Amino acid sequence: MPSQLPLITNGAVSLQAYLLVAALLFVFGLVACMARRNAIGILIGIELILNAAILNFMAFWHYGGAPLTGQGALAGPLMGVFVIILAACEAAVALAILLSLYFNFGTVEVDSIHQMKE
Amino acid sequence: METLQHGTILGFWLITALVLASGAVAAFARNIVQAAFSLFFTLLGMAGYYVLLGSDFLAVTQVIIYVGGILVLLMFGVLLTNRPLERAQRGTLRLYVLGAAAGAGLMLLVLLRIIATAQWRVAAEPIAISATVRPIGLALLSGYLLPFELAGLTLLLCLVGAAYLVRRKER
Repeated sequence: MPSQLPLITNGAVSLQAYLLVAALLFVFGLVACMARRNAIGILIGIELILNAAILNFMAFWHYGGAPLTGQGALAGPLMGVFVIILAACEAAVALAILLSLYFNFGTVEVDSIHQMKE
Repeated sequence: METLQHGTILGFWLITALVLASGAVAAFARNIVQAAFSLFFTLLGMAGYYVLLGSDFLAVTQVIIYVGGILVLLMFGVLLTNRPLERAQRGTLRLYVLGAAAGAGLMLLVLLRIIATAQWRVAAEPIAISATVRPIGLALLSGYLLPFELAGLTLLLCLVGAAYLVRRKER
Protein backbone atom coordinates (compact mmCIF):
# COMPACT_ATOMS: atom_id res chain seq x y z
CA MET A 1 0.00 0.00 0.00
CA PRO A 2 1.57 3.31 -0.98
CA SER A 3 1.92 5.74 1.87
CA GLN A 4 2.82 9.30 1.06
CA LEU A 5 1.62 12.75 1.93
CA PRO A 6 2.70 15.14 -0.85
CA LEU A 7 1.70 18.64 0.18
CA ILE A 8 3.05 20.29 -2.98
CA THR A 9 2.85 18.48 -6.33
CA ASN A 10 3.96 19.92 -9.67
CA GLY A 11 4.43 23.37 -8.20
CA ALA A 12 0.89 23.57 -6.79
CA VAL A 13 -0.81 22.81 -3.51
CA SER A 14 -2.10 19.24 -3.56
CA LEU A 15 -5.47 17.78 -2.58
CA GLN A 16 -3.89 16.02 0.37
CA ALA A 17 -2.72 19.31 1.88
CA TYR A 18 -6.29 20.61 2.03
CA LEU A 19 -7.56 17.29 3.38
CA LEU A 20 -4.89 17.45 6.08
CA VAL A 21 -5.96 20.94 7.16
CA ALA A 22 -9.61 19.86 7.18
CA ALA A 23 -8.76 16.76 9.25
CA LEU A 24 -6.91 18.88 11.82
CA LEU A 25 -9.77 21.38 12.04
CA PHE A 26 -12.24 18.53 12.44
CA VAL A 27 -10.22 17.04 15.28
CA PHE A 28 -9.96 20.45 16.98
CA GLY A 29 -13.73 20.78 16.78
CA LEU A 30 -14.17 17.23 18.07
CA VAL A 31 -12.00 17.94 21.12
CA ALA A 32 -13.90 21.17 21.79
CA CYS A 33 -17.23 19.33 21.58
CA MET A 34 -16.15 16.55 23.92
CA ALA A 35 -13.98 18.35 26.46
CA ARG A 36 -15.69 21.72 26.92
CA ARG A 37 -18.23 22.27 29.65
CA ASN A 38 -19.48 25.65 28.49
CA ALA A 39 -22.23 25.09 25.93
CA ILE A 40 -20.99 27.99 23.80
CA GLY A 41 -17.60 26.29 23.59
CA ILE A 42 -19.36 23.20 22.26
CA LEU A 43 -21.09 25.42 19.69
CA ILE A 44 -17.68 26.80 18.62
CA GLY A 45 -16.49 23.21 18.17
CA ILE A 46 -19.48 22.46 15.96
CA GLU A 47 -18.68 25.50 13.81
CA LEU A 48 -15.10 24.25 13.40
CA ILE A 49 -16.39 20.83 12.31
CA LEU A 50 -18.80 22.38 9.80
CA ASN A 51 -16.00 24.50 8.33
CA ALA A 52 -13.80 21.44 7.98
CA ALA A 53 -16.65 19.74 6.10
CA ILE A 54 -17.03 22.68 3.70
CA LEU A 55 -13.28 22.71 3.10
CA ASN A 56 -13.40 19.02 2.16
CA PHE A 57 -16.31 19.61 -0.23
CA MET A 58 -14.49 22.53 -1.86
CA ALA A 59 -11.18 20.64 -2.13
CA PHE A 60 -12.80 17.61 -3.78
CA TRP A 61 -14.72 19.90 -6.12
CA HIS A 62 -11.57 21.80 -7.06
CA TYR A 63 -9.35 18.78 -7.65
CA GLY A 64 -11.86 16.13 -8.65
CA GLY A 65 -12.50 17.45 -12.13
CA ALA A 66 -16.14 18.50 -11.96
CA PRO A 67 -17.86 18.95 -15.33
CA LEU A 68 -17.70 22.50 -16.62
CA THR A 69 -21.41 22.76 -17.42
CA GLY A 70 -24.64 21.14 -16.34
CA GLN A 71 -25.65 19.53 -13.07
CA GLY A 72 -22.73 19.14 -10.71
CA ALA A 73 -20.59 21.84 -12.25
CA LEU A 74 -20.92 23.94 -9.10
CA ALA A 75 -21.46 21.15 -6.59
CA GLY A 76 -18.71 22.33 -4.24
CA PRO A 77 -19.71 25.97 -3.71
CA LEU A 78 -23.42 25.11 -3.64
CA MET A 79 -22.83 22.48 -0.96
CA GLY A 80 -20.87 25.10 0.96
CA VAL A 81 -23.68 27.63 0.65
CA PHE A 82 -26.23 25.14 1.97
CA VAL A 83 -23.96 24.16 4.85
CA ILE A 84 -23.57 27.84 5.76
CA ILE A 85 -27.37 28.31 5.64
CA LEU A 86 -27.91 25.34 7.95
CA ALA A 87 -25.12 26.54 10.24
CA ALA A 88 -26.91 29.88 10.56
CA CYS A 89 -30.16 28.08 11.46
CA GLU A 90 -28.34 25.89 13.96
CA ALA A 91 -26.57 28.83 15.60
CA ALA A 92 -29.82 30.80 15.96
CA VAL A 93 -31.75 27.92 17.54
CA ALA A 94 -28.83 26.88 19.73
CA LEU A 95 -28.42 30.43 21.03
CA ALA A 96 -32.15 30.60 21.78
CA ILE A 97 -31.93 27.34 23.71
CA LEU A 98 -28.84 28.52 25.58
CA LEU A 99 -30.47 31.82 26.56
CA SER A 100 -33.55 30.07 27.82
CA LEU A 101 -31.34 27.63 29.76
CA TYR A 102 -29.52 30.60 31.25
CA PHE A 103 -32.78 32.25 32.28
CA ASN A 104 -33.94 29.05 33.95
CA PHE A 105 -30.76 27.69 35.51
CA GLY A 106 -28.44 30.70 35.66
CA THR A 107 -25.64 28.83 33.91
CA VAL A 108 -24.68 27.32 30.56
CA GLU A 109 -22.28 24.72 31.97
CA VAL A 110 -23.61 21.48 30.53
CA ASP A 111 -22.47 19.49 33.57
CA SER A 112 -24.74 21.36 35.95
CA ILE A 113 -27.92 21.07 33.89
CA HIS A 114 -29.56 17.77 34.78
CA GLN A 115 -33.25 18.28 34.30
CA MET A 116 -35.59 19.37 31.55
CA LYS A 117 -37.69 21.65 33.77
CA GLU A 118 -36.90 23.91 36.67
CA MET B 1 2.09 31.97 -14.39
CA GLU B 2 5.11 31.04 -12.30
CA THR B 3 4.62 33.94 -9.91
CA LEU B 4 0.91 33.15 -9.62
CA GLN B 5 1.73 29.60 -8.56
CA HIS B 6 4.32 30.78 -6.04
CA GLY B 7 1.82 33.30 -4.71
CA THR B 8 -0.83 30.60 -4.37
CA ILE B 9 1.53 28.36 -2.42
CA LEU B 10 2.66 31.21 -0.20
CA GLY B 11 -0.95 32.21 0.40
CA PHE B 12 -1.82 28.62 1.25
CA TRP B 13 0.89 28.39 3.90
CA LEU B 14 0.02 31.77 5.39
CA ILE B 15 -3.68 30.92 5.58
CA THR B 16 -2.87 27.48 6.98
CA ALA B 17 -0.77 28.97 9.76
CA LEU B 18 -3.55 31.44 10.58
CA VAL B 19 -6.35 28.88 10.47
CA LEU B 20 -4.61 26.17 12.48
CA ALA B 21 -3.25 28.54 15.13
CA SER B 22 -6.53 30.37 15.68
CA GLY B 23 -8.51 27.12 15.37
CA ALA B 24 -6.40 25.60 18.13
CA VAL B 25 -7.02 28.62 20.34
CA ALA B 26 -10.75 28.47 19.53
CA ALA B 27 -10.87 24.83 20.54
CA PHE B 28 -8.54 24.77 23.54
CA ALA B 29 -8.57 28.24 25.14
CA ARG B 30 -9.89 28.18 28.69
CA ASN B 31 -11.42 31.63 28.34
CA ILE B 32 -14.55 31.39 26.22
CA VAL B 33 -14.30 35.03 25.07
CA GLN B 34 -10.81 34.36 23.72
CA ALA B 35 -12.10 31.26 21.94
CA ALA B 36 -14.91 33.18 20.26
CA PHE B 37 -12.57 35.98 19.13
CA SER B 38 -10.12 33.43 17.81
CA LEU B 39 -12.87 31.76 15.80
CA PHE B 40 -13.13 35.06 13.90
CA PHE B 41 -9.66 34.56 12.40
CA THR B 42 -10.33 30.90 11.64
CA LEU B 43 -13.47 31.80 9.68
CA LEU B 44 -11.66 34.58 7.79
CA GLY B 45 -8.88 32.14 6.88
CA MET B 46 -11.46 29.66 5.60
CA ALA B 47 -12.75 32.39 3.27
CA GLY B 48 -9.19 32.68 1.97
CA TYR B 49 -9.13 28.94 1.27
CA TYR B 50 -12.34 29.22 -0.73
CA VAL B 51 -10.74 31.93 -2.90
CA LEU B 52 -7.71 29.68 -3.50
CA LEU B 53 -10.04 26.79 -4.35
CA GLY B 54 -11.82 28.82 -7.00
CA SER B 55 -15.10 30.11 -5.58
CA ASP B 56 -15.26 33.82 -4.88
CA PHE B 57 -18.98 33.62 -4.09
CA LEU B 58 -18.54 31.12 -1.26
CA ALA B 59 -15.71 33.22 0.20
CA VAL B 60 -17.88 36.35 0.31
CA THR B 61 -20.81 34.33 1.68
CA GLN B 62 -18.54 32.99 4.39
CA VAL B 63 -17.42 36.47 5.39
CA ILE B 64 -20.93 37.94 5.37
CA ILE B 65 -22.90 35.12 7.00
CA TYR B 66 -20.33 33.34 9.16
CA VAL B 67 -18.20 36.25 10.29
CA GLY B 68 -20.88 38.91 10.14
CA GLY B 69 -23.79 36.82 11.39
CA ILE B 70 -23.05 33.57 13.17
CA LEU B 71 -19.97 34.87 14.97
CA VAL B 72 -21.79 37.99 16.17
CA LEU B 73 -24.56 35.70 17.43
CA LEU B 74 -21.97 33.59 19.25
CA MET B 75 -20.41 36.69 20.80
CA PHE B 76 -23.85 37.80 21.98
CA GLY B 77 -24.30 34.39 23.54
CA VAL B 78 -20.92 34.59 25.24
CA LEU B 79 -21.50 38.06 26.61
CA LEU B 80 -25.08 37.37 27.71
CA THR B 81 -24.32 34.16 29.54
CA ASN B 82 -20.76 34.67 30.79
CA ARG B 83 -20.31 35.11 34.50
CA PRO B 84 -16.94 35.90 36.02
CA LEU B 85 -17.66 33.39 38.78
CA GLU B 86 -17.59 30.53 36.32
CA ARG B 87 -13.88 30.61 35.60
CA ALA B 88 -12.61 27.16 34.79
CA GLN B 89 -10.63 25.76 37.66
CA ARG B 90 -6.98 25.84 36.73
CA GLY B 91 -4.76 22.86 37.25
CA THR B 92 -7.51 20.30 37.48
CA LEU B 93 -7.06 18.09 34.46
CA ARG B 94 -10.21 16.06 34.53
CA LEU B 95 -10.37 12.51 33.33
CA TYR B 96 -12.86 13.20 30.58
CA VAL B 97 -10.50 15.74 29.03
CA LEU B 98 -7.91 12.97 28.73
CA GLY B 99 -10.56 10.70 27.24
CA ALA B 100 -11.54 13.33 24.70
CA ALA B 101 -7.90 13.94 23.76
CA ALA B 102 -7.25 10.20 23.35
CA GLY B 103 -10.36 9.68 21.24
CA ALA B 104 -9.63 12.68 19.04
CA GLY B 105 -5.99 11.61 18.66
CA LEU B 106 -7.06 8.17 17.46
CA MET B 107 -9.52 9.84 15.05
CA LEU B 108 -6.69 12.01 13.69
CA LEU B 109 -4.47 8.95 13.20
CA VAL B 110 -7.21 7.18 11.24
CA LEU B 111 -7.83 10.27 9.09
CA LEU B 112 -4.09 10.72 8.41
CA ARG B 113 -3.80 7.07 7.41
CA ILE B 114 -6.73 7.42 5.01
CA ILE B 115 -5.41 10.65 3.50
CA ALA B 116 -1.92 9.21 3.04
CA THR B 117 -2.85 5.82 1.61
CA ALA B 118 -6.04 6.33 -0.43
CA GLN B 119 -5.82 6.53 -4.20
CA TRP B 120 -7.33 9.96 -4.75
CA ARG B 121 -8.78 10.48 -8.21
CA VAL B 122 -7.33 13.88 -9.06
CA ALA B 123 -8.11 15.55 -12.36
CA ALA B 124 -5.17 16.65 -14.51
CA GLU B 125 -6.40 20.23 -14.55
CA PRO B 126 -7.95 21.61 -11.35
CA ILE B 127 -10.77 24.11 -11.65
CA ALA B 128 -9.45 27.59 -12.30
CA ILE B 129 -10.35 30.61 -10.20
CA SER B 130 -13.31 32.22 -11.94
CA ALA B 131 -16.38 34.32 -11.25
CA THR B 132 -19.01 31.97 -9.85
CA VAL B 133 -21.70 34.43 -8.80
CA ARG B 134 -23.77 34.34 -12.00
CA PRO B 135 -23.63 30.53 -12.51
CA ILE B 136 -24.49 29.93 -8.85
CA GLY B 137 -27.45 32.28 -9.09
CA LEU B 138 -28.68 30.51 -12.21
CA ALA B 139 -28.15 27.08 -10.65
CA LEU B 140 -30.00 28.01 -7.44
CA LEU B 141 -33.07 29.08 -9.40
CA SER B 142 -33.06 26.19 -11.88
CA GLY B 143 -31.49 22.84 -11.00
CA TYR B 144 -31.25 23.45 -7.27
CA LEU B 145 -34.63 25.17 -6.84
CA LEU B 146 -36.06 22.58 -4.42
CA PRO B 147 -33.12 22.62 -1.98
CA PHE B 148 -33.07 26.41 -2.24
CA GLU B 149 -36.73 26.72 -1.27
CA LEU B 150 -36.34 24.12 1.47
CA ALA B 151 -33.41 26.09 2.88
CA GLY B 152 -35.57 29.21 2.90
CA LEU B 153 -38.34 27.30 4.69
CA THR B 154 -35.84 25.95 7.22
CA LEU B 155 -34.56 29.47 7.90
CA LEU B 156 -38.13 30.69 8.48
CA LEU B 157 -38.90 27.78 10.83
CA CYS B 158 -35.68 28.39 12.77
CA LEU B 159 -36.49 32.07 13.10
CA VAL B 160 -39.97 31.31 14.44
CA GLY B 161 -38.64 28.56 16.71
CA ALA B 162 -35.86 30.72 18.13
CA ALA B 163 -38.27 33.60 18.78
CA TYR B 164 -40.68 31.17 20.47
CA LEU B 165 -37.96 29.70 22.69
CA VAL B 166 -36.77 32.99 24.15
CA ARG B 167 -40.15 34.73 24.48
CA ARG B 168 -41.21 36.11 27.85
CA LYS B 169 -43.38 33.53 29.54
CA GLU B 170 -46.79 34.65 30.73
CA ARG B 171 -46.99 34.18 34.45
